[in-house]
Formats: sequence, C-alpha cells, structure tokens
Amino acid sequence: MANVLLRHRDIADINKIDVYKKNGGFDALKKAVSKMQPNEVTDVVKNSGLRGRGGAGFPTGMKWSFIDTKNWPHYVVANADESEPGTFKDREIMESNPFQFLEGLAIASYAVGANAAYIYLRGEFWQVAATLDEKIADMEKAGYLGENLFGTEYSLKIYTHLGAGAYICGEETALLESLEGKRGQPRVRPPFPPSFGLYGKPTIINNVETFTNVTPILANGAEWYKSMGTADSAGVKIFSLSGRVRKPGNYELPFGTTFRQLIYEHGGGILDGRPVKAIMPAGASSSLIAVDDKVLDTPMDYATVRTLGADLGSASVIVLDDTVDIDWVINKTIHFFKHESCGKCTTCREGNYWMKNLTERIHSGTGAQNDVDLLLNVAKQMQGKCLCALGEFSTMAVVTGIERFPQDFKKAVKA
Amino acid sequence: MTKQVTLSINGITVTVPDGTLIADAAKMAGIDIPVFCHHPKLEPVGMCRMCLVEVGRPMLDRATGQVVMENGQPKIQFMPKLETACTNRVSDGMVVMTTTDKALDGQKGTVEFLLTSHPLDCPVCDKGGECPLQNLTMAFGPGQSRFIYDEKAHFEKQVPLGDLIWLDRERCIQCARCIRFQDEVAGEAVLGFDERGRNTQIISLSEPGFDSVFSGNTTDICPVGALTTADFRFGARPWELKAQASICTQCPVGCNTTLNTRREAKAGGDIVVKRVMPRQNEEVNEIWLCDKGRFTYHFTESKKRLTRPLVRKEDKLARASWDAATKLAAENFAKSKKDFVVLASGRLANEDLFNLKSLADTAGGTTILYSNMGGGDLTALVGVGQGTNIGKMGKGDAILVVASDLYQEAPIWWLRVKQAADRGATLIVANARETKLDKFAKFVIRYAQGDESKAVNNLSNKGKIADEFAKAKNAIVFYGNDGLSLSDTASLSSACATLLKETDHAGRPNNGLVAVWERVNDQGAWEIGFRPEPDLEKALKGKVVYIAGADPVGDDPALAKALKGAKFVAVQDILETATTEVADVVFPAQAYTEREGTFTSGERRVQRFYAAVPVKGDAKPDYAITAQVAKQMGVILEGSSASVVFDILSNSLEAFTDLSYDKLAETHGQWPIVGRGDLYYGGTTYENTQGLGVQLVPTAQAGGTVRIPKVRKEAALRPKENELLAVPVTKLYDHGVTVSSSAALLGQWVGEPTVTLHPMAAKNLGVEAGARVKISLNGVNAEVVVKIDDTISAGVALVPRSMGIAIREPVVARVLLAGKVK
Amino acid sequence: MSLEKTYPKEVKQILSKYPPEHKRSAVMPLLYLAQREEGYVNKAAMQDIARMLDITETEVASIIGFYTLYHDEKAGKYRMQVCTDLPCALRGADDFLKNLCGNLGIQVGETTPDGVVTLEAVMCLAACDKAPMFQTQGPDGIKYHENMTVDKTMELIDALKKSDAGVK
Ligand SMILES: Cc1cc2nc3c(=O)[nH]c(=O)nc-3n(C[C@H](O)[C@H](O)[C@H](O)COP(=O)(O)O)c2cc1C
Ligand code: SF4
Ligand code: FES
Repeated sequence: MANVLLRHRDIADINKIDVYKKNGGFDALKKAVSKMQPNEVTDVVKNSGLRGRGGAGFPTGMKWSFIDTKNWPHYVVANADESEPGTFKDREIMESNPFQFLEGLAIASYAVGANAAYIYLRGEFWQVAATLDEKIADMEKAGYLGENLFGTEYSLKIYTHLGAGAYICGEETALLESLEGKRGQPRVRPPFPPSFGLYGKPTIINNVETFTNVTPILANGAEWYKSMGTADSAGVKIFSLSGRVRKPGNYELPFGTTFRQLIYEHGGGILDGRPVKAIMPAGASSSLIAVDDKVLDTPMDYATVRTLGADLGSASVIVLDDTVDIDWVINKTIHFFKHESCGKCTTCREGNYWMKNLTERIHSGTGAQNDVDLLLNVAKQMQGKCLCALGEFSTMAVVTGIERFPQDFKKAVKA
Repeated sequence: MTKQVTLSINGITVTVPDGTLIADAAKMAGIDIPVFCHHPKLEPVGMCRMCLVEVGRPMLDRATGQVVMENGQPKIQFMPKLETACTNRVSDGMVVMTTTDKALDGQKGTVEFLLTSHPLDCPVCDKGGECPLQNLTMAFGPGQSRFIYDEKAHFEKQVPLGDLIWLDRERCIQCARCIRFQDEVAGEAVLGFDERGRNTQIISLSEPGFDSVFSGNTTDICPVGALTTADFRFGARPWELKAQASICTQCPVGCNTTLNTRREAKAGGDIVVKRVMPRQNEEVNEIWLCDKGRFTYHFTESKKRLTRPLVRKEDKLARASWDAATKLAAENFAKSKKDFVVLASGRLANEDLFNLKSLADTAGGTTILYSNMGGGDLTALVGVGQGTNIGKMGKGDAILVVASDLYQEAPIWWLRVKQAADRGATLIVANARETKLDKFAKFVIRYAQGDESKAVNNLSNKGKIADEFAKAKNAIVFYGNDGLSLSDTASLSSACATLLKETDHAGRPNNGLVAVWERVNDQGAWEIGFRPEPDLEKALKGKVVYIAGADPVGDDPALAKALKGAKFVAVQDILETATTEVADVVFPAQAYTEREGTFTSGERRVQRFYAAVPVKGDAKPDYAITAQVAKQMGVILEGSSASVVFDILSNSLEAFTDLSYDKLAETHGQWPIVGRGDLYYGGTTYENTQGLGVQLVPTAQAGGTVRIPKVRKEAALRPKENELLAVPVTKLYDHGVTVSSSAALLGQWVGEPTVTLHPMAAKNLGVEAGARVKISLNGVNAEVVVKIDDTISAGVALVPRSMGIAIREPVVARVLLAGKVK
Repeated sequence: MSLEKTYPKEVKQILSKYPPEHKRSAVMPLLYLAQREEGYVNKAAMQDIARMLDITETEVASIIGFYTLYHDEKAGKYRMQVCTDLPCALRGADDFLKNLCGNLGIQVGETTPDGVVTLEAVMCLAACDKAPMFQTQGPDGIKYHENMTVDKTMELIDALKKSDAGVK
C-alpha cells in the first residue's frame, strides 16, 4: 500500500515544490480556501475520525470547533517539539515530506480563521527549521502562502520558532509560554488554548503528524480516511520503533496492526533472536507492558492498548528484550524526567528528585527491598497531584515496572 | 454588583462573589485551606500543590443542560483527582471537602515532598516562629522523614540578592511568590528563576542587585526563611517581639506600620525597635511598605538624639533644666511681639503643629510651614473625597500624575497607581522628563520646563486625552514639585483643581486632588493654618525664631545666613542638626516611636500612631514642650495628653469636627484577611487592630462652595543658550537625617550627590557619566558626580534635594561646571 | 557589541515574526544569535537583548537558565552532545560514550585541551533509530551525526580541529 504520510518513500523529490505540485500538491488547500466555508473544513476533519497524534488522541475536528469566535485574532501552532524518548516521526515528515505538513497546517489555519501560524520546533531541529523556512518561502513565492490566497480575502503567514532543549515545551501550554518568550512552564488550565492560547488569544495546537493527515483527508474525503484503521482509531499512524529490534525506524501502518506485525514483519524481529520481554508503546512516558503471545497479537489502537494497562500515546514503541533489566530501565526514565521536570510544581520537582535518588541506589546495587517499596509508594503519592502530565508520565514506568517485574527488583537489591 | 454564588465547604454553606477562588471563599468562611504559592494579592498559579481538596459539582444532563436530581437534591459529581483550591473558582452548588482522608493525604504528601529538599535548620532560621512551612509541618507533616538526609539538595548558605535582602537557596520552596510580587505588583521583574527542576533557584541580575524599593515585601510573603532582610536577620526571634501600631513618617502616603520591639542587651537593656512591618490598611498601603519606610527607622536610635535641654552660655550650648530652657525661650518670645516667627515642618504631628499655631496666634507672631510646595488650601477644597480607595480604581477611571516622580516621592502611591492602570484605569503622566511611571501610562505628556500649568490647562480643552479624562467615571490628580518652585506649585495646584472642578471630578470618593508633599504631615500643617513663605530669608532675618522639626541651616547656606541675623533662635528637634548648633536654646523632642499623635496624609486621612519604646532621656513630645513654653509666657495650652490636644483641635477646626482618638482607632473587617494564625495565607503583615484612621471630608463633598483662586504664575525661568537651569528633584534615598542614620544598611542605595545632564549638555561641558565636577548654585559650590539622561531637556540639570546641595527652586544660569576634579 | 549592529538583517527578520506588542517572543531566536560567535551568551548581550525587548536582564538570564541549549559559560568551540537516553542506550550509546571519553582522554562535561570539543551526555534527540548518535552545537548551528562509531567520530573531531586551526 502506498504511504499516506511518508509519501517521500514512494515518490522521489516530493520535498521539491514542483514535484509535490505535480503529485496533487496544494489541491486540498485550494479546494478548502476557494470552495469551502471554514466550518465545512472542520466538519470534514470531524467526520474523518482523525485523532491527535501528539499523544492524547483527542479528536482533532472537535478541538477545532472549540475555538472561541468572540475573541480575535486566532492562531494555529504546530507542535514540532518531538522530545519524547523514542519518538522521531515528525522529524522525518518535516525533513522529507514538508509540503504535505505545511499544506495541512494552512488548511487548519483557514478552518479556524487564523492569519498567522507558528511551528514550534525543538531547538535541536535547527536544520529542520532551516529547511522549513526554505519551503515556506517556496510556498509564498508560488502563492500558497501570503496575501489573498487563490484570489480570496484569506491571508496566511507561517513562521518557524525554535525551542532550546526542554521536553516540557511539548506540553501545549508550556509551549505557548515558551513561544511568548518565557520559561517553558505549563499554565493552569482551564482556560484551554482554544479560548486562551498564544498571547491570550484563541489558539489551536496540533502535532505535526496530525496536520500531515489533514491534507489527504481534505483531498480524498472523510469516508476514505475512515476506511482505514479501526472503529476507535481511524486512519494510519506512524509508529516509531526503537530499542532491541533489528530494524528500528518509522513505519506507517493502519491502526489495528498488531505489535507482532510491527516488531517482526516490519522491524525484522529482535536482535540476536532473543524474546521480547516488555514493550513501552509511548516512549519513556509509557507503562511497561509485560509481553506474552496475547500481547503481541493485540491490535494497536488507542482503546485496545488501554486494555493492556498502557496508553498508545504517540506510538513510539520501545522494545525491550530479556537482556534488559527493568531497574535499569526505570533508572534511565527517571533520569530523563528528573532532568526535564520544569520545577514549577512541588510534586514533580521533588518527587522526581526523590525517585532519582532511589532508582540510582536500587540500580547501583546499594538499595534494599524497602527502597523499592518506598519508590513505588513515592510514585503513587505523586499520581494525580501534578500540575501537568509530565509528572504523571514520570511515574508510569516506575509503578508498572515494579508491579509487573518484581523479580528484576528482587535481583537488583540482592546483588 | 457582581453575582453571588452559593456553595458548600466542609458542610458549611458559603455565599461569595462569582469568580472567587475556592481557597479565598474558604477563608471568608473561616475555613483554612493550607497554601504556599497562593497569595490573595497575586494571580493564581497552582504550583505548590498544597491546597489539594475534593471538589464536586452538580451533574448536568447532557441533553437538557439541566441539573440532575437525586432524592430531591442535585446529584454531585466528584472529580476523580484532587483539585487545587487556589486555581478553581467557585460555582453554584459546588461541594468542597478540605479535610477528607483523601484531601489530607494529598496535603500531607505535598508537605513531605517539600521537606525532602528543605533543610531542618528551624532553630537558626529567622522565620522560625512565624514560618508557614514550620506550622504546616506541625499540622500535616510526617513524624519521621523517609528521605535520606544526606541526599538533600545543597547550596552555599545565604547569599545577598542586594544590599537589603538575603537569600538562603536551600530553604526556598520555589513558590515564586517573590518573583510574582516583583513582576505583577511592583512591575519590576528584577527577580527570576535560574535553571529548572530541582535546581531552580532565585536570581537577581539587576544592577544594583534586587533593584526595587519594594524588596522588603518579598520577605513578608515568603512562606519560609529563604528571604530575610539584612536588617533583621539574626536580630531576634519573632516570639520575643512586642507589636505596636504606628504610621510611617517618610512620605505623605502615611502607610500603616507595626513596630516590633524588644529589650536588647546591646542597647544597654533598653527596649528598641527591631523592625518595621506593614499593618494592613487596604485604603492606604494594603499590606505593603516601601523599603525606605521599612528600613530607615534607625534614626530614632541615632547617637545624635537630643536628650537634654540646652542653653547657649558664653557661645557654647550647655545643659539646662526644662524650666530654665523654656523660661529663656518664653522671655524672648514674649518681648518680640510681631517679630515672633514659628517655623515648623510637616514632620511634626497635628497636635504639635496645633499648639505651635495657638502659641503664635496668642503671642501675635506668625507661623511658617517649612516647605516649598503650595496648594494645601486647594486639597482642603477639592481633595479626594472621603471613602477614596485607589485600590478600587480601574477600568473607566482616570488618574493624572503631574510634575511628580511618584516612585521616588511616594512609592506606595506609585505602586497603587500602577496597579490601577493594570486594572484598566487610564493613567496620564505629565512631566518635563521621563519617570518610571511612564511605562504604565496610556498617555504621556511631555512639557517644556516651566510649562506644567499650561499642560494641565490644556487638558481642560478639547483633545483625546482631555476627553478621556473628562469622561472618566472617577478621576484623581496627583501633583508634585518635580523641578518646580513654590510659586510654580501654587499655580499648578490651582490649574489641577480647576480641571477637576470643571470636569466634575470633585466631591466624591475616588475623585479629587492629592498633593505629593515632601513630608508626612504637610497636609495636616496646611489644615491647621501653616503656610509656606516665598521669601524665607527675609522672613527670618532679624526675627525671634522658634524652629521645630526643621534644619534650615543644614539645608541652605542662605537660610543659615538669615538665621545668623536673627535676634533669638529656639530649636526643637529629636536630633542634633546644623540648626541646633546655632540655636540659643534647644529642646529635645520625642521621636514618633516614643509618643502618641496623629498625622494627616496626602489623601487627608487622619491616622494615629502610638508609643512603642521608652522615651530617650528627658525628651518631651513637641506639643508638651510648646505648652510648657506657653505656660512660661502666661498662655495656657494643653500639654499633658495628645488626645486632649486633639480634642481641642477637632473642636476648633471645621474639617476635624467629630473626630476623636477613639474614632481614629476604629477598625472594620478587611479583605484579604491577614495577620492571623495562618501566616501562610497573606504573609507576616499585621492585622489592623488599632485604627484605620478617618479621611477628612473636602469642602466639595461637604456641599460647601468651591471657589478656586486663579494663581498667576511668575514668569518661568527659561534657560538661554549656553545656560543650564538647575531644577530640584526628589530622590528617595537622600542624605536627609533619617536615611543617613540607616546608611550602613542601605549601602549603595544612598550614593553620592549627583547632577543629571542631557548628553548634549554634558558634551558641551566636556564631561562624561561618572565624572566628578564642581557645581555652583547661587554662589555655593559642591562636588558632585555627573549622571547622563537623554530624556531630559538639554538646557536642564537635575539636582536632587537633600543631597547636600542647597536647591529650593529652579535657579537659572547659575550653574557653572567649574571644571573637573580628579 | 550590539546585536542590531552585528546582525542587522537577522535581528530585523526575527522581530518581524512576532506582533510588535509581543516582541518578547523574540528572546529565544535572539539568544541563538547572541551565542553564535562565542558559544555562550555574555553579560553585554543579555543586557542588549533585555533592552531591545523591554524586559529585565534577570528575565533574560532566567530564560538562559531554563533551556539547555543556551549557555552562559564558555566551553569548547563545539559541544558534542551524545544521546544516552533509553532508546539509544538500548543500542549501545553508553558504551559508545565511554569509549569516546577514553579516546579523547576527557570525562563527560570536560573540554579537550585545545578547546575544540566539549563532551556532553544529553537526553533523547529524536534519532533513536540511528544510535549511537550525537549532535554538535557550534558556530554553524546544530548538526546531527547518526549511526556513529568511535572511529568515525574521531575522524570528525580531527576535521573539526583542522578547520579550527585553519580559521586561526
Ligand atoms: C510532557 C508532555 C510532552 C509533550 N510533548 C509533545 C510533543 O513533543 N509533541 C506533540 O505533538 N505533543 C506533545 N505533547 C502533547 C501536547 O500537549 C498536545 O496534546 C498535542 O500537541 C496536541 O496535538 P494533537 O491533538 O494533534 O495530538 C506533550 C504533552 C506533555 C504533557
Ligand atoms: S508536573 Fe513537572 S513538568 Fe509539569 S508543571 Fe509540574 S514540575 Fe513542571
Ligand atoms: S533515545 Fe537517543 S535519539 Fe532518542
């Protein structure tokens, strides 16, 4: 099947504007802007069943319909912060199939009446931003961005903005603070961005992959999109596969593909032919799924993965084999979260600092069973009490790791 | 009126205004929800996670939008997670539970998390005894730490953030109250967080460090001992301190304060003031103080305090008895007839000034207010109406500030005016130069030096600014004497009063005129009948002079000369000054910390202060000294009790009718509730239990006729080419006695005398910023440091008052930069 | 030095991205500009940016402190930032970094004696399928180096040293 999102894998040079155009590029944008009312565009997206690809899986069309139409101007922001360990899909899209993403972003901007859109890229995507700037200039030159698009009243500018090394800026309100030139710390919610976003104005924030889906949805219709994937999760998804697999990488697959298909058919199986021990389907923020045959045959969509006691999140599937100790894994994830905790709320700031001391002790072999018990207790004490989801994320691997792999911790504290 | 909302908190039904946060609603109902980051004067952030509570809301039917009923009651749907009471606003039918097991568990968890990093140094911490974290740990904390002590984050102990405030980073719990106060309330974002996560720490990179005159407030609202003042740290334990209500004497705002006192071995076993704390008065200073008011009380304990009467004998001042000293003065006053002049300043209390005026009137003498500002008669006519509260002004209101550098002259007014602008009030700032308030103004009017009255008169005419001012629901005008002479301010005040009258902004609360006086009680002096004198030299020369609370000799060589030519000089003061040195008789007066009295603020609020510490030596209150002198002259004045003097005063002055000490001591409930047992809520500001004072009713509000005299302005002095016009400006931390006595503490804030020039002027003179030059005004030389400011006009040189350079009014072309000094 | 004088075109372009009343948004791009030359933001640049954007120097410093890609201290000309986060570590990143330290004779966080390379360990760089990998942060911005070996890395460092000598 031809790729819907990773089209560069099928069509050479689709990152050149002429090639993109020749392959149906900008038809969707033109149709939307010149033939459709903004709310009609939103309706198509709503009907397609598209859910946000940033992690939470929130219905995209519904989010757009929340925009406050009493308060102007509106903004659209593309979340290209991509910092979840194990996630590397947005980068490939922006590097190799940039116009499809930009077109989707333009369509979204039209749908919510925004005349300015910002792409917030993690600071490390310095070169990606430079590429996007060129592509934006190409679009402006060709009349797909700028004043009076397709002879209508509608005008749009797109700008890139680089972050500077802070995972928390992927959280949408922290992202907005950062874009406003402040420390990237989450805001109190409500109000949510569709009523109070960038500069206090109604703002729609979506993930890069989400926008990239919008273009073909507008081109081919909601029904076409819904025909792929599952009833719960329509369409296709890019799975970032990493860890102990032979062929790590991005795989565009319909929702409903099983873990086994992803790991064995596409990922070429496990290094050295070893068995899969655990899966983290949503990067470092994941719950650890203890793997058996039933798990491997579970279809991946938002609802079904939840039955395994985990979230699919951004579908950054990290695979752990039997050579990996779980106490080492959570020591890694806690180092990450301790480093990335923004420090705004007590629970996450102090909880991660405490957990770091404990995982370090346990992993280094100087801990005792009561350290493991305490670690589990501290993680649970954090749950439900943080200002944003990062604090919650930090506890997932810890709690599920200790509860689902007790033997690894017994071994660690005995050693 | 805002809509009222009814909800239930811990089973108690509470009705509060819509939009109230749950934490505040609980407080109103007398229910304490523990908080750290929440402060009722700051925007909600929900970051400390201390206020976790259970919140339920009536369930709504999705289809109909109606409340779902169950057993005749609305069905309440509780959130699965605990919520922060400091960020969630109340709604009708809401059910809040703050003490369920689940809620307490969350609160305990937060305290435990905070203690993982917080050191256990309570025994040596200045906050110990009034520390919210300490208190909440007692209430909620775990009995034993599960966190290994050695793993606590460590930082180098205290570091200075500036001259006045120290930071202990280990104690900081990252609630950001200090940073948010500086940013939101003070509008000076000179504090910030460095790094992130557990490494987050407070920094200040301003030059000098913590560059704000509001810095002390952060130590009040810091919920732990992370921020302490250089003045009080290691000074005393809070529980050893006694508290007495007072009024700040540093400017005309009249901030309500509490003096904390303690018996001190270092002071020879005397009871001394250990610190000055804000006392809540929402209509005056809310819960804030400026640093000058907080830190410059040291002058009351200066080594230069006068403690015994002195009489000149063979050209030397020698100790004398009160009887001998007052008799000598009385004899000279009595025989002087019309030559008797009383020169007093607004540093004195109403009671003192009243007795002085009574004495002068009976003896046929004259009284002069030691001040260079006019208009106090007009503030009595169209001053702000009774009930004025700048804190309630906002959208739809207007404030005009003209010829005043409010930040330097009356910092708390600056703060409140700035906040009114934040709330949407139209702020108009008119001045000959840029001031710190400009940044918050909707309109900035820049006039040429000397055109201040013209600028105000223009506001009566058409134009966008005039229009917005005229149409405002409420409007207040503040005028000062930035760069002006006595006659300039007289004319300016008349222009301002006319504007207010013509636009119908007088006679109501939040409408009217406020003079930004130089001293705490200048307004009171005007009410009592004191007036400034344009030609002071002439008025003093050859006279018999009774000076109280003023140092003309130290201030101005011209006045020194005039007094040399006086027949007899009696001086009454708390400190030795250049003037006491030339006196024939010196009376030691009590400081405001040692006695009772009242001051009348610039907003014409009469407020009481109380005795907090024992009297130094034989000093007496000013009113009593005057009464004793009077007695020696055969005039009977009340001198035994301040409250009786006040009763007589209120009987004889129309505006003060019905006022009494009891009335001034009345209080009523204020919001937010501060200073109770729960210091974590509002901070360590004291609750007001000793009097909110009473605002005088201006004539316009009383329904009297308001006739505003047109004051012709003397021709403005205009600098010619190659001339500089030196103009006086006010600097908060000057070289006045009160600041000088605290100079060790204030460090670099005081600084050297300066002259500020436009870059062009500096270039013409061939000098650069920082150069030391000699300046000559009226033939008097002084060495000063050059500052450059491109917002002033090229023909002007700014010379700060009370910095050792005599400048009472603009002086034209007498500025000679007589060459650089190495 | 003022940024507006050194990089007039860039500053103008950066400021044009944001509504004038929200020019504070420009602080992050301006900080990149400010550290282009020396690899860190010096005090003069902080003051300069604060003045341009009408914020305080403390606010600028507080941004620098929050984000890991801004530096307020001098380090090597190139910061070599090796990802050792979970996915990379599952593919040998920790060993790679250890070997690199051995070859360079420095510890993580240290700079080679010639001042060309500072070695750092960082969190995920969104290149998990191409471990071991690192990025270099230097005068020419940030560059990714993926599917690396110690040998290839040493070659790269040699090249950097040569080009550095060339510049001098
Ligand atoms: C700590 C944290 C990090 C996040 N990082 C990202 C990210 O890197 N990219 C992203 O698109 N969404 C990220 N999100 C999710 C966003 O907050 C937001 O939900 C998303 O951008 C919405 O877009 P979508 O509806 O298209 O998914 C993150 C959320 C949290 C709490
Ligand atoms: S949960 Fe962590 S990242 Fe989120 S606000 Fe709290 S400290 Fe910051
Ligand atoms: S873990 Fe290394 S790039 Fe993702």
